[in-house]
Amino acid sequence: MTATTTSARSDLSEVGRSEATLRTFLHGLPGVDQVGAEQRAAMLGTRSIKTTAKAWAIDLAIRMVDLTTLEGADTPGKVRALAAKALRPDPADPSCPAVAALCVYPTMVPVAAAALWGAASGSGRPTADGSRMGLLGEPIDDGGPAIGRPPAGGATRVHLASVATAFPSGQAPLEIRLADTRAAVAGGADEIDMVISRGAFLSGRYQQVYDEIVAVKAACGDAHLKVILETGELATYDNVRRASWLAMLAGADFIKTSTGKVPVAATLPVTLVMLEAVRDFRAATGRQVGVKPAGGIKTTKDAVKYLVLVNETAGEDWLHPDWFRFGASSLLNDLLMQRTKLTTGVYSGPDYFTLD
Amino acid sequence: MFEYAPAPESRSVVDLKPSYGLFIGGDFVEPGDGGSFKSINPASEEALAEVAEAGPGDVDRAVRAARRAYDEVWGPMPGRDRAKYLFRIARIIQERARELAVLESLDNGKPIRESRDVDIPLVAAHFFYYAGWADKLGHAGLGPNPRPLGVAGQVIPWNFPLLMLAWKIAPALATGNTVVLKPAETTPLTALLFAEICQQADLPPGVVNIVTGAGATGQALVEHDGVAKVAFTGSTDVGRQIARSVAGTRKRLTLELGGKAANIVFDDAPVDQAVEGIVNGIFFNQGHVCCAGSRLLVQESVYDEVLAALKRRMAQLRVGDPLDKNTDVGAINSAAQLERIRTLTEIGSAEGAQRWSPPCELPARGFWFAPTIFTGVSQTHRIARDEIFGPVLSVLTFRTPAEAVEKANNTPYGLSAGIWTDKGSRILWMADRLRAGVVWANTFNKFDPTSPFGGFKESGYGREGGRHGLEAYLDV
Repeated sequence: MTATTTSARSDLSEVGRSEATLRTFLHGLPGVDQVGAEQRAAMLGTRSIKTTAKAWAIDLAIRMVDLTTLEGADTPGKVRALAAKALRPDPADPSCPAVAALCVYPTMVPVAAAALWGAASGSGRPTADGSRMGLLGEPIDDGGPAIGRPPAGGATRVHLASVATAFPSGQAPLEIRLADTRAAVAGGADEIDMVISRGAFLSGRYQQVYDEIVAVKAACGDAHLKVILETGELATYDNVRRASWLAMLAGADFIKTSTGKVPVAATLPVTLVMLEAVRDFRAATGRQVGVKPAGGIKTTKDAVKYLVLVNETAGEDWLHPDWFRFGASSLLNDLLMQRTKLTTGVYSGPDYFTLD
Repeated sequence: MFEYAPAPESRSVVDLKPSYGLFIGGDFVEPGDGGSFKSINPASEEALAEVAEAGPGDVDRAVRAARRAYDEVWGPMPGRDRAKYLFRIARIIQERARELAVLESLDNGKPIRESRDVDIPLVAAHFFYYAGWADKLGHAGLGPNPRPLGVAGQVIPWNFPLLMLAWKIAPALATGNTVVLKPAETTPLTALLFAEICQQADLPPGVVNIVTGAGATGQALVEHDGVAKVAFTGSTDVGRQIARSVAGTRKRLTLELGGKAANIVFDDAPVDQAVEGIVNGIFFNQGHVCCAGSRLLVQESVYDEVLAALKRRMAQLRVGDPLDKNTDVGAINSAAQLERIRTLTEIGSAEGAQRWSPPCELPARGFWFAPTIFTGVSQTHRIARDEIFGPVLSVLTFRTPAEAVEKANNTPYGLSAGIWTDKGSRILWMADRLRAGVVWANTFNKFDPTSPFGGFKESGYGREGGRHGLEAYLDV
């Protein structure tokens, strides 16, 4: 904040102008004390969220899930199954909300778009004004143009996210990464999860990372851009803070912790540092950026800890699927299990929840 | 809006008796010549239990019991056997941690999160640590065969009732002394539960004696001829009286008194963690901490950012029911202490400092004070000089490291200090010059049984904790 809250808003647009300005800015950010940050995250992890607060948190967490499958073995069948789960996580309970988004590889985007919005049949394809939701049983208007966009607004709108830019390593020529992005957007993805060049960042080539994010953002068009920092490879919280600011300065709509493909994925302290960054960035620029921890969040207890962290760090403005997401696959079933336990008072066996 | 539903810790784990006697010679006995008083829950003003008030006769009985135990059992006992008892006590404390934590929060008003995560684990750690020393005293650097002193008379405060008991009793027993301890009159209950733990551990009768009562009881104890060593933690005024009464006797004395610690934030500090440290420094335990960071010294160049971040963070503090697991700031320990805090803060306003508290709803019953900061404070203001012992922070500024040292040291006290900077060399430079018993760097209010604790100047003398803590209880 030393460097940010005191600088005028117009100053920040100049930061990306050159390697020198970027370096000066990023290295002027206040440091992060590792012990203190971890202690704060651990303390917030002791918050006791019970009864009504827990029910509220579980529903919010379900609405924040980016239901993810990123395997070499993904098939259209698998993606369609997951899309059905995304739209209606708990078939036995219509009051259960849909998740925020389905997250797949670019090759699976057309399949996912069709499964989510009915593009394959042509009858359920959503219009830009959100008047149709084929798979959810809402009224369908056959006149919609086939542009593969999700319905705007509406409580049950499920986004389609795609990882792009040579995920997970990002080690491909920029042109290929941009083509990857364009293909995903053309296929119907309205959210793109890109990876930064960790190598460039770690060797201090901030301008290169900045320019690449700007280029990918341009390739995204209207699609929202989530920038994956791969914090497990950045190693220090100082780096996490700098990379967060770098991504936000370059135009990221979301900053995301991890690909889930390296040993250390999302942790509470890393997410704490990123939440501090988005909070300070909004104070400095007026622009709000979302945060997405991804990888390793498997239980309701974990998810609730993250929501507490959001609440007591960035504040309640971020407690919305537009501003906070969980990148997860197995988390959803645990949330559903706990949700059922809260409403019925008993735990059901795992066979009562669908494996997709 | 994420509203945390109430998450109260259950009281049923605590089995409180309606009244307690004095713990003398291994048994609870009725006071011979004293009366009784009630210990109340400061969060609700409800009476928790009736507690005996020890008179001079009772104190005499307790000291005699302690002397007999010292001469016949505890003094001659080999260190390795004393260690067994201390290890056993430490384990029982761990086993009964929840019960002790709930009772501590009930009697003291501190949040259960602190009694559960800080107080009680540290209590057990102190007993474990000093248990380890009991058979190694010859290797403590205090001579080949250091001898115990005899009966230790110990008087402890109400801010960390059981932890202060552990700081006093664990090293005394490890070194072969026996003790008569007087807990504070507003918080005697965990000491009485500790007496039950001594019984459970089969500690020989008379090794630990607990006499409850107010100032007169404490005075009778420290002035008793049979006491060889006096240890006191509390206010500087009472510490002075004790020093006077002990002067001219052969009694050994250690005093751990007040403080007015400076928490110094430089412009290169990790701001978010520094703000956590400021909050932890002054609002931990409602500011009822002798080493609390009650003076914030901020470098002028980052004053605005630090203040803005501090206010934002203070608005997150959850003030209320001490037994709620999500409470950050609990109740003020007593009506008298609340009155003192109110008086000093009114003086602060009258002297021209600007007062700020986050919006927070305080419960109707009990003793409460909202977390408060004063800005525009200068060294001449009383809120910059007097120990308030409450959740009240005075904010001052400085321009250079030398000025920070000068202001930090410009106090009659010298218990602790905090430094926040990313520059290691500056930490060492500052630590060399700060006249304080403890200097924390990029953290605050961190305690460990291996680390000595004590003061400079009016904050007292003698050290507790660590190897140094043994010296106070040994004839070296």
